[in-house]
Amino acid sequence: MTDDTSLGGDRDKFPATRLSAIVSTGSHDLKERQRAYESLILAYWKPVYKTVRLKWNKSNEDAKDLTQAFFTRVMEKGFFDRYDPAKARFRTFLRTCLERFVSNEEKAAGRIKRGGDAVTVPLDFEGAEEELKHTEPVAVDAIETYFEAEWVRSLFSLSIASLQAELESNGKVIHFRLFERYALDDSGVSQEINYQELAKEYGLTVSQITNYLALARREFRRIVLEKLHELTATEEEFRREARALLGVDIK
Amino acid sequence: MKWLSDRIVQRLREEIDLPDLSATKYRLIQKLDSGGMGAVYLAADGDLGRRVALKVMNAAPSAELAQRMLREARIVARLEHPAIVPIHDVGQLPDGRVFYAMKYVQGRRLDRVVRNKNPLPELLRIFQRVCEAVAFAHAHGVIHRDLKPENIMVGPFGEVLVMDWGIAKVLLEPSKAEPIFQVSTATANTIEQQSLLSSLGERQLDSVAETALGTVMGTPPYMAPEQALGETNELDERTDVYALGAILYFLLCGRPPLETLELTQVGQTFADQTRQALRQAYSKIPRSIEAVCLKAMARDRNHRYVNVDALASDVGRFLDNLPVSAYREGLSERAERWLARNHFLVFLIAAYLLMRIFLLLVSGR
Repeated sequence: MTDDTSLGGDRDKFPATRLSAIVSTGSHDLKERQRAYESLILAYWKPVYKTVRLKWNKSNEDAKDLTQAFFTRVMEKGFFDRYDPAKARFRTFLRTCLERFVSNEEKAAGRIKRGGDAVTVPLDFEGAEEELKHTEPVAVDAIETYFEAEWVRSLFSLSIASLQAELESNGKVIHFRLFERYALDDSGVSQEINYQELAKEYGLTVSQITNYLALARREFRRIVLEKLHELTATEEEFRREARALLGVDIK
Repeated sequence: MKWLSDRIVQRLREEIDLPDLSATKYRLIQKLDSGGMGAVYLAADGDLGRRVALKVMNAAPSAELAQRMLREARIVARLEHPAIVPIHDVGQLPDGRVFYAMKYVQGRRLDRVVRNKNPLPELLRIFQRVCEAVAFAHAHGVIHRDLKPENIMVGPFGEVLVMDWGIAKVLLEPSKAEPIFQVSTATANTIEQQSLLSSLGERQLDSVAETALGTVMGTPPYMAPEQALGETNELDERTDVYALGAILYFLLCGRPPLETLELTQVGQTFADQTRQALRQAYSKIPRSIEAVCLKAMARDRNHRYVNVDALASDVGRFLDNLPVSAYREGLSERAERWLARNHFLVFLIAAYLLMRIFLLLVSGR
């Protein structure tokens, strides 16, 4: 059980160490600004892309162009500098920006251009297209809910990727494998899996399973909260989002 | 990056919320229930090899409040009564949340029993047993502070168990309490000096947590006005009397006296409104039991029953068709109650009189 607390420092207590990416988009330091945009784009590009596809019924090529152009414009014009946490959640603000952007682009069709603050983030549009195949048609008045759900999905996906990278780099491959098997198996069988079965499957004791999963869960929680912290502008917004999206109360 | 289905996203939300028990002797088995203040999990006690119910509070309290809660819970854990589900253990998780390990009880929650529309006398007898357990705790200087149908279990043989004593308050007059356990003077004084904080439902937690009185716990629909206002020093047995009145209201109406979780609404429902609500819900509610409910739920605690025994006694009198202290009957009501109470005697007299009339008529021919 000694390997149980070697990650993540002082357990999963908050506060997180990373600055808000939203705040950092206004930084004078170019690298800091680029890092901030990178984080925001990684978290939001899929919800943006899918919303463009579904709400405006765009082809995948047009949606790709609009998504890339949207984030480019955001960086060029410093849209996020205008965000006021007292007025709305960041997600709502971003969605409003998107709606205005698409509407303007439609009025001036074909005006899309790229350039500016140049952040290179590989966006897997083919993967996003595949995911859209799992999506039921979304009613116009349900777009907001859809955008929010997609954002949570994106947040969790990024967190899982980070969890895997962190655990594996710390020699805790088994911890991630167990977490993957226990919490991420969508085959419909995983609901039946209990610790005894996992212990048998992996040749471990139930106690080891308990501890390994506890560590993975704790790290996952920490990573999700850190990312959420990074993607919100203020402590207040962070607490509110943690409560609303994850049901977690932050001290 | 792997695509996550809605089911997996939901699963991950639950994973995030799961308590980290790795530093404890408990092993998580499954989530049982969740409420405004926390969630209950089924867990295995690794040392003793038994199953326990773990209640994990939603929010991590301040270090000072956590210490107070732990200390008080340890005292409450010593209450021994067949209708009180004991706390086996208390502790704090790595993320600061406080947890309580309780006996794992299988049965039905009172709110679910009420949904099955059991007869009123049966529900009132359950209520009496709840009162007995609460009165026992009061006799030992402990008030529950979170009595509600969801915290009462009814077992398969009709046994009643009052659960969730995690936020109970130890009253400040140990000399009056029956000595069921040894509390050192130092401990008792410490407790006496503390104004243990009352608490709120989840929606108000943030705002009140920063007031001088600190975090408040409880469930607004069943919370006495003084508790909702955070008047910690005003809490006594009558705070629980109010909650019991609200439970009685639930038994009569099938819903709580207050549908909102807003603390500001607590105490804003006046007797007339409550009476009206009771009559709308169930027009046949006898006036006397309605009066018992209203008296227990009086806004001013000085107008409530002085203790739970007095409340239970009135409920018992109602069940026995005797007059209750909370209601002055009219002549017709008295007669009606007398008839109900002596219906067999009335039947015999009526039968006798009819027989005499019949005989008179026959002999007169």
